Amino acid sequence: MEEIIKENWNTAQVAAGGPGQKTSRIVVDPITRLEGHGKIDIFLDAKGEVERAYFQVPELRGFEVFSRGRPAEDMPQITSRICGVCPTAHHMASTKALDDLYKVEPTPTAKKIRELVYNIFFLEDHALHVYVLGGPDFIVGPQAPKELRNIVGVIQKVGIDIGKRVINTRRQLRELITYLGGKVIHPVLGLPGGVAKRLAPEELPKFKEIANEGLDFALFTLQVFKDIVLKNPEYVKLITSDAYTHKTYYMGLVDENNHVNFYDGLIRIVDTTGKEYAKFHTSNYLDYVAEHVEPWSYIKFNYLKPLGWRGFTDGADTSIYAVAPIARLNAADGMATPLAQNAYEEMYSILGGKPVHHTLANHWARVIEMIYAAERIIELVNDPDITSENIRNIPVNEPKVGIGVVEAPRGTLFHHYETDSNGLIQKANLIVATQNNSSRIAMSVEKSAKALIHKGEVTEGLLNMIEMAFRAYDPCHGCATHSLPGQMPLVARIFDSSGSLYKEIMR
Amino acid sequence: MSEKPKIALYWCASCGGCEESVVDLAEDLLFVVDNVDIVLWPVGLDFKKKDVEAMPDGSIVASLINGAIRTTEQEEMAHLLRRKSQVVIAYGACAQLGGIPGLANQFPLEEILKFVYEDAPSVVNELKTRPLEKFHDNGRTPELPGLWNGVRALDQVIDVEYYIPGCPPSPKLLKEAVLALLSGKLPPKGTVLAPDVALCEECPKKDTKPTDLKFETFKRPHLWEIDPEKCLLAQGFVCIGPATRSGCGALCVTGNMPCTGCYGPTSRVKDQGAKILSSIASSIGADTPDEIDKILIGIPDPVGTFYRYGMPGSLLKRKVIL
Repeated sequence: MEEIIKENWNTAQVAAGGPGQKTSRIVVDPITRLEGHGKIDIFLDAKGEVERAYFQVPELRGFEVFSRGRPAEDMPQITSRICGVCPTAHHMASTKALDDLYKVEPTPTAKKIRELVYNIFFLEDHALHVYVLGGPDFIVGPQAPKELRNIVGVIQKVGIDIGKRVINTRRQLRELITYLGGKVIHPVLGLPGGVAKRLAPEELPKFKEIANEGLDFALFTLQVFKDIVLKNPEYVKLITSDAYTHKTYYMGLVDENNHVNFYDGLIRIVDTTGKEYAKFHTSNYLDYVAEHVEPWSYIKFNYLKPLGWRGFTDGADTSIYAVAPIARLNAADGMATPLAQNAYEEMYSILGGKPVHHTLANHWARVIEMIYAAERIIELVNDPDITSENIRNIPVNEPKVGIGVVEAPRGTLFHHYETDSNGLIQKANLIVATQNNSSRIAMSVEKSAKALIHKGEVTEGLLNMIEMAFRAYDPCHGCATHSLPGQMPLVARIFDSSGSLYKEIMR
Repeated sequence: MSEKPKIALYWCASCGGCEESVVDLAEDLLFVVDNVDIVLWPVGLDFKKKDVEAMPDGSIVASLINGAIRTTEQEEMAHLLRRKSQVVIAYGACAQLGGIPGLANQFPLEEILKFVYEDAPSVVNELKTRPLEKFHDNGRTPELPGLWNGVRALDQVIDVEYYIPGCPPSPKLLKEAVLALLSGKLPPKGTVLAPDVALCEECPKKDTKPTDLKFETFKRPHLWEIDPEKCLLAQGFVCIGPATRSGCGALCVTGNMPCTGCYGPTSRVKDQGAKILSSIASSIGADTPDEIDKILIGIPDPVGTFYRYGMPGSLLKRKVIL
């Protein structure tokens, strides 16, 4: 390229907010340097005690804005790219938003196929967390060497056969999603009023077989959790310790019996004592959910709108709510299936009744949800409707506004679209699972930092203990900033009272 | 242990789907772990940038990098891994072509920030607070990285040897790439490690594709029944298959939905969007501009349709407002 053309090109690019070309001197906004996708800045006072810890998420991609002008029917596939770990959650929330946008009811079979796919996804996604992401802290142990605190360590601890079972069961479950969704990562089945593919009768035996294995696997996982975690008094102490406890509100979808439902229902919120605070249709979410902006993180911080932003405080005066497994169980009166209900009652009886405020109890609640998902899958594959050919209602109404909500594995997920009469997106608002938890995660991180750092003494083990505080939420900052994937590199930077960098710990 | 070839896996601006595709190797993951030494994989193993910095240049046999480049931190890591690696593989659509996050190149960063922090209906922000790179808070200064104004594909930032396409890539392609690395039988630089034929070649509906397509209407899939047995283009749906590389197994089409082009173009096509656009345009059965306009109503978002995964890496790159 001629030098002058290149110069003009770059000038134009920069004027347009462009990145410039790699061959040129890049004239763009100055950028400060940073390592790691998750970040905690901890500031100490003159005595070496923690004055303030900031939990930060340092990126965003802007799906709401670049969705503009796109046909709404493309949104289930575009928004699934917010997160490749939970693409099915975004795909399903988006598809439900399209139902609402076009005011079209999915056929009964379509609804069942969606719920089937969704519960299969829940089961395999929760299994991923239990065995690969969060579980190693418990199964291998929080103090175990780093090189063992992963799936390899889990397999060593539980045995290669069980490790293979985990891998095999996940693979089989994901094959079922592939069959109905085309792709398991970024599925394509969702259409307003239906699904693109039916479940052929000749496939049903395979679905039933894997469904039964799924339930065995979920019950087995509960046993693993009991044997390894509950039989170890140290772990139980850790779960119930104050450093990992916050009294907040809890939110989740419930069915007509106030039982946990992942795919559909009303949103229910309970207060810090477990009393119902609100129960509302998903289309009224803006009356209850609000986002607060802090200058030190790209993630926004959610709170209950009627109560107003009251800062990062827990207890009776808080306006902060939590989502995800333990919040869902707290917000409901029980589980809709028998074995999950037994496990639900057992957990609350052992942990001293509802609500449970211990962040680390999320791991237990997650296993209970696996049992519910597995039982629901069995119900659905035995439903005579499931193989019907009647899988679509074609929309006839003019689109305007659509709101779709599901429970993602990591919490309540909101998709809200507004379109022109041609169904092109004019406005999109997305409130993703982890973001609902961001205020509570920020508190958890600060609280554990304050509990674990004294007189300026910072140990290497600190980071994992702080990480455990937020890993229990299974946070997905890919979702939260619509930018980054599930687990992340993390850096903790500790500053002394003069503001100088005192120590930096990374993983 | 140390004799095993060292492999690094890293993510930039991505969704994590590429990481999941690695986990989806399932039983084969154990084979990979047995045969290579994974020195960096943030999603599954403990991460230390300093460890990578301490390694001799060129000591990593291959780095598989997924995700587009949006922040300096991502750019720095790309440069670091480039220096330490003999081979860099752009893994997945975002690294290869910019991917869906690349659609942001149609909008200035300020528009994104303004919506997210001020205009979103759930935001309450009377003071119009924005995240700051350096925030001064009573003598404390927590920092954030800044954001580039645009999104770039990996080879717009560093030199790249190979590409594994897809959103996400199929585990089969990954396995084949690892086997090629282990055997040292590598193709010429610049090769996309996937079959170099159009998706139609592996499409189960191939036999129903007419040799001469003629469009009198374009159907948006939510408004029409879809015949699961028949070529989607023949039914009037926009399917990007003819301009897209094969290798996924025609998954979306098997799910009864059109291909949206995530595997990018074959080696004979420079610009995937332009290719499908010209091919479709030449098959429009209309004689007057009015008739053409009427037919094109069925494609209301040409950029999102034809460049869904590849705008940063295409001839367009981004929207420029002069």
